[in-house]
Amino acid sequence: MSNLNIPVYLDYSATTPVDERVAKAMTDCLTLQGNFGNPASRSHVFGWKAEDAVVEARKNVATLIGANPKEIVWTSGATESNNLAIKGAAHFNVRKGKHIVTIKTEHKAVLDTCRQLEREGFEVTYLDPEENGLVDINKLAAALRDDTTVVSVMHVNNEIGVIQDIASIGALTRSKGIVFHVDAAQSPGKVAIDVDAMNVDLLSLCAHKVYGPKGIGALYVRRKPRTRIEAQIHGGGHERGMRSGTLATHQIVGMGESFRIAHEEMDAENAKVEALRDRLYDGLKDMEEVYVNGDLEQRIPGNLNISFNFVEGESLMMSLKDIAVSSGSACTSDSLEPSYVLRAIGRNDELAHSSLRFTLGRFTTPEEVDFTIAEVRKAVEKLRDLSPLWDMFKDGVDLDSVQWAAH
Amino acid sequence: MAYSEKVIDHYENPRNVGKMDANDKNVGTGMVGAPACGDVMRLQIKVDDNGVIEDAKFKTYGCGSAIASSSLVTEMVKGKTLDEAAAIQNMEIVEELALPPVKIHCSVLAEDAIAAAIADLREKRGETADTKAETAA
Repeated sequence: MSNLNIPVYLDYSATTPVDERVAKAMTDCLTLQGNFGNPASRSHVFGWKAEDAVVEARKNVATLIGANPKEIVWTSGATESNNLAIKGAAHFNVRKGKHIVTIKTEHKAVLDTCRQLEREGFEVTYLDPEENGLVDINKLAAALRDDTTVVSVMHVNNEIGVIQDIASIGALTRSKGIVFHVDAAQSPGKVAIDVDAMNVDLLSLCAHKVYGPKGIGALYVRRKPRTRIEAQIHGGGHERGMRSGTLATHQIVGMGESFRIAHEEMDAENAKVEALRDRLYDGLKDMEEVYVNGDLEQRIPGNLNISFNFVEGESLMMSLKDIAVSSGSACTSDSLEPSYVLRAIGRNDELAHSSLRFTLGRFTTPEEVDFTIAEVRKAVEKLRDLSPLWDMFKDGVDLDSVQWAAH
Repeated sequence: MAYSEKVIDHYENPRNVGKMDANDKNVGTGMVGAPACGDVMRLQIKVDDNGVIEDAKFKTYGCGSAIASSSLVTEMVKGKTLDEAAAIQNMEIVEELALPPVKIHCSVLAEDAIAAAIADLREKRGETADTKAETAA
């Protein structure tokens, strides 16, 4: 394999390729010759063997987050885990209260779940993060009420990669007896997770951002002190009744293997990815009117979210046809609204429209980063030559003073 | 999202990019859209002594379809009288570029840009605004 693979993949926060070692472990769990049994079959060796594989995977996932394997509930992914955690805890505690606190920059799987609960009569407080993307613990504390039953805060933001201070929030919620849910879809293998030290009660995970397969995730559910949730999917009573449905052995084995590798290789991999991310930023930061979105320190190693003022994000991506990135530009979404995450951290619409998210990972190379730097510089220059806003900026016109004809 | 070949062609080889002297009495300038909405088009037209558009220039901040739409209209208006240019409908742009429904607003913006440039020119030349151009907004 050459060190420059075109198109260059720099969208690791969207999903990752499956690691070869993971793919191998999964394919061993499919055919007649493989470990194909139903882990719930208690009467024969096929079932026992499959159960052993699931037990091993459960252990690997639990180890990465400092949990007991008995606290892991398999789901179809982080979206389901978020639904199960928030709806499950809110419904279980409904006699205690109907108030939930979360953050405006959460993933849609959390925000839309909260919207649904609002339709059911719950009240939700959506807190604004600070301009660096981080939540102010004092503002969060002030939002808590006697009838608050659930606080849900993501560990790592999917767009800007900032890392919330989960331990401080956990200490607060534990002292008040409030269930604390964390969407950790983006953090395994990138930031250390310790559910005990962080006082987390429920934690959502998925495999496909950690070089595992899509379609599998898990919810950590604390046993001591016991966190109780209402099941959302009913059936054969699998996963201690919290999530019924035959366990997908090959998917579970894939997630287990991907988490085992993440645990073992995390430190070395993060050092490598961070060096590449810094190389990318160093190659772009001397350009005019370039802004990093979100805190640069409290951030996962592989994320660079950056706005190129006076250039629109979608057209920029169109110029970067050999590079796979994503944008906060409205034109890339169906809603025609720019990124709600960038708006929530106080970026104006122009900068939100002008943003690109680069996310680097396990297979990114220095050659790919250098290629990206050259392509981005060329594209931004071309589009600024085409941009009337760039002309006006260069002529010293204050764009905020212009009366725009909104449409 | 896949782009049509014509959008890609206009995007990669935009026609008539540039800026003309906005104070020239034979130049009309139309700037439409807003940065907050993600697209701003500046279209300029220059007429000869017979009132025929002899040159057109644009600069656009926006998505690929917005850039292609404005590039296309600079080609369309050349050689037309102001009345003929004012009669250009956004659907002609949609069809020519095969724009998907989510990008129709780009063509509307281009039609608005023509109308704005013509209105600016007529005002400069002391003519009364043409009714047809006013319906575009």
